Amino acid sequence: MSDNMYNEILLDHNLHPLHRCGLDCATCSAAGLNPSCGDQLTLHLSIEDGVIKDGSFTGIGCAVSQASTDIMLELIIGKTAEQAQRLKTLFSKMISGEITDEELDELEEAGALQNISKMPARVKCATLGWNTLEKLLKENS
Amino acid sequence: MTDIKKDFPIFGNNKGVVYLDSAATAQKPKSVIDAVAKYYYEENANPLRGLYDLSVKATESYENAREAVRKFIGAKSTKEIVFTRNATESLNLAANSYGRENICGCSEILVAISEHHSDLLPYQNLAAQTGAKLRFLECDEFGEYTAEALQKALTPHTAIFAIAQVSNIFGRVNPIKEFAGICHKNGTIIICDGAQSVPHVPVDVVDLDVDFFAFSGHKLYAPMGIGVLYGKRELLEKMPPFLYGGEMIEYVTRESATFAELPHKFEAGTVNAGGAVGLHAAIDYIDSIGFETIIKREEALTELAFTEMQNIPYINIIGSKNAHEHNGIITFTIDGVHPHDIAAVFDADSVAIRAGHHCAQPLHQYLGVQSTARMSIGLYNDEKDIERFIETLKTVRRRMGYER
Repeated sequence: MSDNMYNEILLDHNLHPLHRCGLDCATCSAAGLNPSCGDQLTLHLSIEDGVIKDGSFTGIGCAVSQASTDIMLELIIGKTAEQAQRLKTLFSKMISGEITDEELDELEEAGALQNISKMPARVKCATLGWNTLEKLLKENS
Repeated sequence: MTDIKKDFPIFGNNKGVVYLDSAATAQKPKSVIDAVAKYYYEENANPLRGLYDLSVKATESYENAREAVRKFIGAKSTKEIVFTRNATESLNLAANSYGRENICGCSEILVAISEHHSDLLPYQNLAAQTGAKLRFLECDEFGEYTAEALQKALTPHTAIFAIAQVSNIFGRVNPIKEFAGICHKNGTIIICDGAQSVPHVPVDVVDLDVDFFAFSGHKLYAPMGIGVLYGKRELLEKMPPFLYGGEMIEYVTRESATFAELPHKFEAGTVNAGGAVGLHAAIDYIDSIGFETIIKREEALTELAFTEMQNIPYINIIGSKNAHEHNGIITFTIDGVHPHDIAAVFDADSVAIRAGHHCAQPLHQYLGVQSTARMSIGLYNDEKDIERFIETLKTVRRRMGYER
């Protein structure tokens, strides 16, 4: 069951996150809260001319939320806001079990979280960072 | 005594599952499930009003359950036993109805910091509506509340003190009788949340001298949807109804109504007779085993788990360092692993434990922990369950990518 949820990619991003830090050059930040467990994280982005130049996150969460957010940042840095929004939409499709194989390829390492779609209790953990991203992009478009 | 498990059909239908979340809700013995079925098969009608044989039978079953509850908690009269949906509704009833008449802008309400949200939010709301001041009684890191701290926290304005007999995080029994004495000397009433105590320790509300005492049936091996509020008769008599409608009236005109006698004044609408019958059967089941046996079993299992856990350096147990002060509830953290992930690893091994803030966020903030994992024992658990729990516990860090 849940053991195959904790694959190497997820464990590695949780134990050795690339983007869990502050961001001095951030142009915008938004907080996301998972009310069912009280976990919260803050997403920081530096957006210039519609391009996400850099990003990071701070806060506390389970391995799923931490790894998911870290993988997300790895994916969206260097992309335009529109491209990032598209990835968010694809991620949501994956979590609701509606994604095609081609679309899954676009998600790269985030595909490691596909099994979460079978664990309803953890969906909120996996989508916490992504929902915060969507909120941030909407507020800053 | 391992035969107790056989009384619970859920374990036969979920082979290999270790259930260690009884503080969230307990499993139900066959006798309880059968009693509810028998009520609906043989006795169902709307109790309290019908003038025919079946309704009289239904009323009898419902009122017999009230008598069983009265006896179970040592109340003086069945008039003091109000059936509700659960402990949350019981506490809302007490806070709202008592509060409406007795709390004003200059009042203070004192709440223990470890209270479940259901024993905090009704007073938050009451304070917001009346302008009363909400204050907190703090415990030490082991979950202990002292008489001195209570005495200090009470002021001439403190109208209500709310505290659980057993916290759902610490598992520790609070000295309710002593606290009730201190409160009454100050003119303060004490509202006690008994949701976590009634399954584990015998309760005598007269001896405790609490003004209100609330609990849920579902944590006591009874069905979900039935709860109890005990209140001292002289207080309940003076309180206004909580909900208005059928079954709680004496006489109604276009403009006004007079209300039924206790306890029906507080039981508006069609009651949960099937749930009450189930609660009656659950009390009978507990009586048939006896608290002496329950306490002996649960203490032995708590100690077994506790001792093993204390030997693992990266495990931190919340509350007392003494297993006997946990009453089957062990809340813990594992260094470097989020409690959600702890519970998920346990789930992979078919061991059910709880993770999160356990509806006690202010306590977690006070203790400086984000969230915790919790294992809790019921009378059906056995040594094998604890062994399985410890086995998985020892693998959690490795399975989350740590070397050990």
